[in-house]
Amino acid sequence: METLYVICVGVVTFCGVFLCLRGRTFSVVVGLTMLSYAVNLFLFSSGRLSLRGSAILGTTENYADPLPQALVLTAIVIGFAMIAFVVILSMRARADLGNDLVDGRDHPDTEKKVQAARGKQ
Amino acid sequence: MSFHLPILPILIPLLGGLLMLLPPFIGVERYQYRRVATLVLTLMQVACGIWLMATVSQNGALVYAVGNWQPPFGIILYADLLSSMLITLTSFLGLGITLYSFAGTDREGKYYHPLIQFQLLGISGAFLTNDLFNLFVFFEVLLIASYALMVHGGGKQKTQANVHYVILNLIGSSLFLIALGTLYATTGTLNMADMSLRIAELEPSQAVIAQVGGSLLLIVFGLKAAMLPLHFWLPQTYEAAIAPVAALFAIMTKVGVYCIFRVFTVIFGDTAGDLAGMAEPWVWVFAILTVAAGSVGALASPNLRMLNSNLIIVSVGTLLIAFALRTPEATAAGLYYLVHSTLISASLFLIADMIGEQRGKALDRFVKARKVKQQAAFGILFFVAALGIAGLPPFSGFLGKLMILQSATGAAEKFWVWGFILISSLITIVALSRAGTTLFWRYPENSDPSDSKDASKWQVSAAALLLLASPAMVLLGGYVIQYTTAAAEQLHNVPYLIETLNLREGAQ
Repeated sequence: METLYVICVGVVTFCGVFLCLRGRTFSVVVGLTMLSYAVNLFLFSSGRLSLRGSAILGTTENYADPLPQALVLTAIVIGFAMIAFVVILSMRARADLGNDLVDGRDHPDTEKKVQAARGKQ
Repeated sequence: MSFHLPILPILIPLLGGLLMLLPPFIGVERYQYRRVATLVLTLMQVACGIWLMATVSQNGALVYAVGNWQPPFGIILYADLLSSMLITLTSFLGLGITLYSFAGTDREGKYYHPLIQFQLLGISGAFLTNDLFNLFVFFEVLLIASYALMVHGGGKQKTQANVHYVILNLIGSSLFLIALGTLYATTGTLNMADMSLRIAELEPSQAVIAQVGGSLLLIVFGLKAAMLPLHFWLPQTYEAAIAPVAALFAIMTKVGVYCIFRVFTVIFGDTAGDLAGMAEPWVWVFAILTVAAGSVGALASPNLRMLNSNLIIVSVGTLLIAFALRTPEATAAGLYYLVHSTLISASLFLIADMIGEQRGKALDRFVKARKVKQQAAFGILFFVAALGIAGLPPFSGFLGKLMILQSATGAAEKFWVWGFILISSLITIVALSRAGTTLFWRYPENSDPSDSKDASKWQVSAAALLLLASPAMVLLGGYVIQYTTAAAEQLHNVPYLIETLNLREGAQ
């Protein structure tokens, strides 16, 4: 179970980091969302993974650590609010700057290349 | 009442900010009501901060268990000399920028004053808490308020700077959570004092993981503090924000610096066994490079706000040097310099805004433009601020830098610290004198400034209020240094913290 869990968290983190490095706000927002999912899963595992463990004393033999669950809950709420904010902000940036690039404009070199490519067609 | 004192700096802006979202304070035309309310709130916070400082210096550090959940299980607010000093600093800065915004900036949006209160709430909470996860929550509170304040007033440049700022800080928050998860998984606690006990007892295999968590924390705090190589967001962000917001942001980098001081002294300090002092070698190198990068940036700045942003980076580097020296004396010097640099750079942002308003389209850029109308008044303010920030006598910057220089012991340390701080001071003087000459003395012969508006009384008095702290910190230097020395000793005295929280029996 641990191996599967580790691979899942790793893959989601990888996708999140990759998408965050893209140039357009949509992929960055999706990347941030994936990153926060990965973080939530990671936090959840910090209390050790255990099956059929209850967090309430006196009910089972194995106990699950209740604190990570509380932390994840807080992190989900905060992460969700932040993602909502960044979505609205990117839409505002799209309106204000006239494009959806994180930098507000293309890198000068790419712009030239795109123009050259269009000229050839 | 005094039992609940440590939570008051959090409760006052929280309840006050919420109250300002309700009638009779809500509504565009009711700005006068909001102004009165916000003034009362900030004055209450200043009073509360001073009361906290007085109580703590008389009776020792205060512990407040939220919901009466005892340490190490509950969330603990821990008000020692250092936190109460920083609370007072935050509220004083809040008072200054609130007064400044009465000149009209607060009317550009309905929620300006409530947002300022929430920002103050987040900063005070971050200074007070002794729980790492709670620290994360307060970071998010201060960040979400700053995201909204950053775009206050609107405009292309603000939106673009804010996109970068928000994305960068969201990634920072993710890293913070990963660091917290790692540290919790190895030590099984989130209370800083308890963690400092547990971290010394870790097996080597676990200690490596804890070290990874600690290094991630250093990256997160370095990002907030604008430590090289994580400082690139700062100049653009601070330049884009409106003046009072930029002035308030001057303390946000100090929140990062404070967290580095607190976490890496308490958790990874001398008591941490194998992990003792894991951050210092890194911080040492990056601090010196931060000073260098900030100085180069200061020379290259095209306008006064950008110049001031780069000087903030220099001050962060200087503070981190004080941290890396590790002795309580160096920390005491750093704390003195922290108070000084926060107030002076905040007031320089306000001065830059006032100068910019009277120079037409050139704003505060270093170009030949129309004559500033109130040359004498702004000239004096700018001169005092420049002397203070560059560290020339007779103002507080001189004392602060001198103390940091004195606290360096050993030939190698002396060489690096003296070399970099003194050269950066020289560069600061060069950059500021270039700025001053262009802003005040280079204008067309026939320029007639009579049609620019005078700066409002609120603006001048707010900038002067923050600036007056500099001579005050020299006149009352003895008391201030005594206080910061006691605060630094208390910060380095980890057994005292553990005893105050009553954790020793629980660990055995």
